[in-house]
Amino acid sequence: MMDRSGRTEVITVSNRSAGRRRGNTGSDEPLLSVRNLKKHYPITEGILSKEVGRVRAVDGIDFDVYPGETVGIVGESGCGKSTAASSLIRLEEPTEGTVRFDGEDITEYDSGEMKAFRRRVQMIFQDPESSFDPRMSIGDAIAEPLTVQGLTDKPRRNEIVADLLERVGLSESDADRYPHELSGGQKQRVGLARALSMNPDMIIADEPVSALDVSIQSEILALMNDLQKNFGLSILIISHNLAVIRQICDRVAVMYLGEVVELGRTDEVFANPQHPYTRALLASIPTADPTDRGMGVELTGDVPSPSNPPSGCRFHTRCPEVIQPEGYEFDQQTWRRVMDLRQKLDDSALNVEAIREMLITEVDEYETTEEVTTAETKARLRDEFDIPKPLSDPQAEAVLESAIENIVTDNEDDARDLLATEFATPCETQSPALEETDAGQTASCLRIENELPPTELDQTVRSD
Amino acid sequence: MTPTPTPPSSPSPDRVRGNESEHEDGTEPGHKAGDASDTGPTQSTATSTTTTPNESTMNTTTQARTDTRSGDPLLTVENLRTVFDTDDGQVQAVDGVDFSVHRGETVCIVGESGSGKTVTSESITQLFKSPPGSIADGSVVFDGDDLAARSAEELTHIRGARISHIFQNPQGALNPVYTVGWQLIEAIQLHQDIKKDDAREEAVDLLSRVGIPEASARLDDYPHELSGGMKQRVMIAMALACQPDLLIADEPTTALDVTIQAQILRLLRDLQAEFEMGIIFITHDLGVVAEIADRVVVMYAGKVMERGSVYDVFESPSHPYTKALLECLPGHGSLGGIPGSLPDPIDPPEGCRFADRCPYAMEECRTGAQPAFESAAGDGHEVSCVHYQTADDPSVLERVGADAAVGSGEQRSGRTDGGTDDGQERTNGGDHRE
Repeated sequence: MMDRSGRTEVITVSNRSAGRRRGNTGSDEPLLSVRNLKKHYPITEGILSKEVGRVRAVDGIDFDVYPGETVGIVGESGCGKSTAASSLIRLEEPTEGTVRFDGEDITEYDSGEMKAFRRRVQMIFQDPESSFDPRMSIGDAIAEPLTVQGLTDKPRRNEIVADLLERVGLSESDADRYPHELSGGQKQRVGLARALSMNPDMIIADEPVSALDVSIQSEILALMNDLQKNFGLSILIISHNLAVIRQICDRVAVMYLGEVVELGRTDEVFANPQHPYTRALLASIPTADPTDRGMGVELTGDVPSPSNPPSGCRFHTRCPEVIQPEGYEFDQQTWRRVMDLRQKLDDSALNVEAIREMLITEVDEYETTEEVTTAETKARLRDEFDIPKPLSDPQAEAVLESAIENIVTDNEDDARDLLATEFATPCETQSPALEETDAGQTASCLRIENELPPTELDQTVRSD
Repeated sequence: MTPTPTPPSSPSPDRVRGNESEHEDGTEPGHKAGDASDTGPTQSTATSTTTTPNESTMNTTTQARTDTRSGDPLLTVENLRTVFDTDDGQVQAVDGVDFSVHRGETVCIVGESGSGKTVTSESITQLFKSPPGSIADGSVVFDGDDLAARSAEELTHIRGARISHIFQNPQGALNPVYTVGWQLIEAIQLHQDIKKDDAREEAVDLLSRVGIPEASARLDDYPHELSGGMKQRVMIAMALACQPDLLIADEPTTALDVTIQAQILRLLRDLQAEFEMGIIFITHDLGVVAEIADRVVVMYAGKVMERGSVYDVFESPSHPYTKALLECLPGHGSLGGIPGSLPDPIDPPEGCRFADRCPYAMEECRTGAQPAFESAAGDGHEVSCVHYQTADDPSVLERVGADAAVGSGEQRSGRTDGGTDDGQERTNGGDHRE
């Protein structure tokens, strides 16, 4: 009976705050508002730690989270999504930008104010294994934030812990168990309970389900949904898994190399993705339908290093829809391959000697690289990039042929200049800005800015 | 990176390659279940030359009966039981598993963690630590040879040479202090008696075949200089070093980004067509299964629950567990997962092991042994569920389901897209009847 009354009290607390937030919803003010957030890590050299470069992990992102809303940030690993989360609550000091929470700029808070702020924003992490002290019972782990924030009344703490455990689908008796006794899914539930112990306004979840089995994932996501309703929470969820984002987010921000490339309502982004990167990401998700294979358009290569991001549109080095040069006619796929070659050349990563060596291993007559003929090297170079010979446009073919000639005869600079002037694409020089699109969401792509038609690539967007 | 290069077909002299030209896009052997003519000459050769010592035993099981239509399987696992002795008792990680793999075929083993899929794959070449692990029963017949009865030394000659493994975490599987070239050459020389220079040439050839650009330059890189996707490509190259007949891939894409995953799946599919390998692919991601599998084995708590061609299993999932797994996929309507957790592996319950979490469970489900396999919709599609035994009436499961799981009936919709046979009507039926 004691127990019950205690629980009612706690529930009243959270209901009150839920009511408070509902009041906020009407005012249309975002709870969290991030503007031009940057986090750069310096690369230093020598004993004086002279700065020689910067890793631009997060490079100017803007987004809002409204009360009671779930916002997702999605992207490949290395795109800066986790850094964005940790720097916006100042787990790491942001390099630049403002973060307004409930109207106040938290980047100007002193440590006392930060402590109060952290009561209102809680975080849960990817690996439930390592986010608990193995020697602390889960009851103590949940109660720890309460202690830290000054709740010294032990019976009261225990009541709150018991209530929270029940709310996340565990039982009061679990409070005395230790993390190793729990499964991954249960641990993530405890993680949620711990985050909720401060009765926060907002939860930031960094890959909350990616370490879990698919059946458990779905359980945890359902729980997060319920908790959000009951507590009136705002949730910011970071994930590389588009399916997770789609399942629980109201709005989604797609990040690529430290920048947001598309932002909008989840249903709109998934139904009609506007940025080529979003399209490629969506097309890469394997569908649970064996009759629909093919994996859509292939995104070649890996994410470039954020210490030296590509000029112009950062995605142009991998973009399957990169804009074609004026005056030449290409099949879009071939154009992408020619661009791959150009990219390699510009990065000085093209190794003609390596190609000759490949020929030696492939053709038995050759013993040394000197024997390999120029014609054969040229053909092998095209093969390496899958460029057909000849190109359909004779003018383009002439340019490419003379560039390849230059490459294999060790005049890489000439080849570079030739390709740069002849095969120039606006994508490498102009940075697109986030713009409203007809589909409803905002996206940053020069095709949208210049109102170019979409390419005829096989962009099977998975509707499954 | 460049698009996967397709080097001219000039392999090292000692390489005997399959009929590359026969397998252009879309004609991967064994791709369509039951299309034996599709499987190419290599397979028919295997059929005629391989002696069939285990034919009699094979015919005793329904599984084997369906397989014989396209020749002898490359690998036949029968009644495999792998146990681990622990202080608390004997853990029955794999408890009576049967399946088979043909050349050029991809078999996916799917299930939650703890369902025994990894131990099953490790049991094939006995990669687990022994003791505490041991194969308690069953046979693993690989190309006519029972591996379960082989000594550790004999197995060493098979591992890597004829059966290769790829693991989930390429970072952990590569040695950080040696270049990838050194490690590849070691793998090649371990199983082939060739000179170092030749091995190096072969290593370059392998790397370029797995889509690593400028392979000869990459040979001198250390693992940390490569990205995750590239490292997994190196692992695949290493696994292919001796042209294995069987490739066992244990969650090879789970640690990778979705874009890189697509690249690796594409690569595996191309290589399979090129090398005529059998592939056992272990994953918990049903999306990946749908993408690459020819046949699917669904495991739960050390037992096979359902097996069949990928089309049958996805179009008419028959076991309640398979259905539940499919519904867990984000975007398939039901939030909430599968309530409950895996049973105790030391003292598993009687009857069907899924009974405690199954919305259709009845009294019979909790007694006796695991229900025997009964055929479901589709050729070679089998399911171990009481509801398929009590009557051959396909609607049994849905009716029981409608009574037993009021409210969950709605969740069980949406998987099938219309039916052509009884099985599909069954899976759709429940909702209409409500």
